[in-house]
Amino acid sequence: MTVLVDSETRVVVQGITGREGSFHTKAMLSYGTKILAGVTPGRGGTTVEGVPVYDNVMEAVRKHPELNTSIIFVPSRFAADAVYEAIDAGLDLIVVITEGIPVHETMKFVRYAKINGVTIIGPNCPGVISPGESKVGIMPGHVFSKGRVGIVSRSGTLTYEIAYAMTKEGIGQSTSIGIGGDPVPGTSFIDALEMFREDDGTDAVVLIGEIGGDMEERAARYIVEQGYEKPVVAYVAGRTAPPGKRMGHAGAIISMGVGDAVSKIKTLREVGVEVAELPSQIPSLLVRTLKK
Amino acid sequence: MKLYEYEAKNIFSQFGISVPRFKVVSNPEEALLAAEEIGGRVVVKAQVLVAGRGKAGGVKLADTPEEAYSYAKQMLGSEIKGEKVRKVMITKAVDIERELYLSIIIDRSIGAPVILASPEGGVDIEELARTKPEKILKIVVDPLIGVRDYHARQAASFLELGEQAFRKAQEITINLYRVFENYSCELAEINPLALTLDGGLEAVDAKIILDDNALYKYPEFSSEFTRDLSYYEAEAKKMNFSYVELDGNIGILCNGAGLTMATMDSVYVLGGRPANFLDIGGGARAELVERAVTLLLQHPKTEVIFINILGGITRCDEVANGIVGALKKAGVSKKMVVRLKGTNEEEGRRILEENKVYVIEEMDEAAGKAVELGGRR
Repeated sequence: MTVLVDSETRVVVQGITGREGSFHTKAMLSYGTKILAGVTPGRGGTTVEGVPVYDNVMEAVRKHPELNTSIIFVPSRFAADAVYEAIDAGLDLIVVITEGIPVHETMKFVRYAKINGVTIIGPNCPGVISPGESKVGIMPGHVFSKGRVGIVSRSGTLTYEIAYAMTKEGIGQSTSIGIGGDPVPGTSFIDALEMFREDDGTDAVVLIGEIGGDMEERAARYIVEQGYEKPVVAYVAGRTAPPGKRMGHAGAIISMGVGDAVSKIKTLREVGVEVAELPSQIPSLLVRTLKK
Repeated sequence: MKLYEYEAKNIFSQFGISVPRFKVVSNPEEALLAAEEIGGRVVVKAQVLVAGRGKAGGVKLADTPEEAYSYAKQMLGSEIKGEKVRKVMITKAVDIERELYLSIIIDRSIGAPVILASPEGGVDIEELARTKPEKILKIVVDPLIGVRDYHARQAASFLELGEQAFRKAQEITINLYRVFENYSCELAEINPLALTLDGGLEAVDAKIILDDNALYKYPEFSSEFTRDLSYYEAEAKKMNFSYVELDGNIGILCNGAGLTMATMDSVYVLGGRPANFLDIGGGARAELVERAVTLLLQHPKTEVIFINILGGITRCDEVANGIVGALKKAGVSKKMVVRLKGTNEEEGRRILEENKVYVIEEMDEAAGKAVELGGRR
C-alpha cells in the first residue's frame, strides 16, 4: 500500500499547455502516471502529449468521471482560482506545484479545501510520488525506488538527495510527499504522519524539515502524545541560517525568535526521533532504528 | 518586505487609524521648519528598517525646533546598526497615559490571521509573551470570514479602557484588519498604541510587513524593493536568485533552497565556514549559472566555491557550460569544488574535465574537500 497516490490515481493537469505543465506532463506520462485530461482556459479541443485539453475542470470531470486528482502548474496570479475550481469540481487530491502564491490567498483556499474534505499538497512543492505506481509531481523519478519507508519533506532537491542516498543503500520508499516550502501548507507534517500511520505499506518515516515556523516541533509533540508506533528519523536544514533572512523558500525564515534549526533538532531528539547531522546519514539511521 | 514607519503611518491614516501629526524630511533645515509647523515638543525618529533603533539613538525628544534641527543633523547620514539614515520623521510628541499593543499577524501553525491585543504595550511582544503571557489576548479569525464586530469587542475589552476609548479601540481593530487584508500583510502592528491624557488612541509607532509574493499588487512599494541591499544582493535579486550573505569563506551555489541550506550546514558540520547561500532555483540554463558563478568569483570574501547540483529539471551539462563560461570570462581563478549528479551528469562531467575542473560524485566527499581547501574553523 501507499498513501495519497497509487495505480488508481487519475490525473488532470491544470495549466497543461504552459512550459512547465507540458514538460512535466510528458515526464509523468513516461513514469506511468495515468493522466486523462488537461485544462487551460481557451485551449479546449487541443491535445498535449496525446492528452485531451479542456477549457475548464468541470468539463474534464464530466468527460472523465474517473478523475480524482489534480496537479496545478498555473502561474501564481491565477493559481488560487485554479484551486477553487478543482475543489468545486469534486476532486479528492490537489497538488499545487506553483511557487509565489500570496499567503493570504493560500490561507483561504486551504481553509475552503478543509471544509470540503479535499486534500491539498503544496503550494510551492515538488508533489507526491509512490515509486513504481504513480508520480504526481516534478521530481526525477529515477532517484526513488519502491519500498516501505515514507518520506515527508518541506523541500524539493534535498528530498531527491536523501531519496537517492536511500535508494543507493537499497532502502525503497512507499510514498514521498513534498508538502512545500510555503508558510501555510495544505498538508502538514502531522497530516502526513497520520497518513503513514494508517498505511500497511509503510514501516518507518523520514521527516525532512527546515527553519521557519513550528511544524517540526508540533510533529514532535504529536509523536510523543499519540505514542506514534512507527520509527521516525529526521533531517532539519538551516542550522547555519541567520535570523530574519528568508532562505529561498517563503516559509524558511527565523522570525520573532521562532523557527531555528537547533531548537527543532533538540525538540525532535527529546521525543526519541533520531536526527541526522548530514543528509547521507539517513539510510544508516533508518537501518539502526528499524533493527530495534 | 518591511515598510518604513512613515509608509505604514500613511496607510494607517488612510484607513482611519489616528496617528500623531508628522512630516518626513531628508535634511536638518526641513526638520527645523517641520518642527516649527507642528509646534510644541516633537520627536525626531530615524527612518530605518532595523529593529531596536530607539536604544541605538534613533529616537529623540526635542523641546524646541532648534533641538529638532540638531538631532536631525546628527541622525541623517549616520548609520544605525549598519543601516544608513536617509530620512527622519518629525512628529508631535503625545502625552501618554498608558501604552497598549494591537496587531494582526498570520499564525503559521493555524494557517489563519490572529489578532493580538495587550493592555501593556510599548515593549517587545516576544518579551511580553515570555514574561506575562496572561497579558496577551489571541483571537483567531477565520480567513474566509474575516474580522467581525465581536472580535473587535473582545480585543477592545481586553485593553482595560473607559467607554470612549473602548469604542475607538473597536474601530481601530476593524481598521487594522482592513489594512492587513488590503495590503496582504504578514504583520500589521501598532506598538505602542497610546492612550492619551485626553482619552484618545493614537498609533505612536507603526509596523507593516508585506508578503513578498503579493508585492506585484503594490507597485508603489516595489519600486523601493532593492533598498538597502549590498551590490551582491542587488545583483542576485536582478537574476531572481535567492542570496544571503554569511561571514565565512566558502561560497555555496546549489539548486533548490533545501539542498542549499543542507550544503551550507554540511560544510559547517565538517568544520568549514560558509560564505553565503546562493540558490539558482530549478532548471537554470548555462547563462544564468554563469552569472551566479561570476558573482561568487567577484565576491571578495569567497575564497573557495562549492557548487552542489542534484539535477532533476536542472541539467548538469547546462551547469557545466555555465561554470566554464564564467571561468573563461572572469580573469580571476578561485579554488573550486563541483559536485554534479543527475540529469545529463556524464556530459556535464566531460565538459568540466576538458576544462580542468574536476567533479566529485558524492555530496559529503565534496563538502569535505571544500572544507579542506577553505580551512577549518
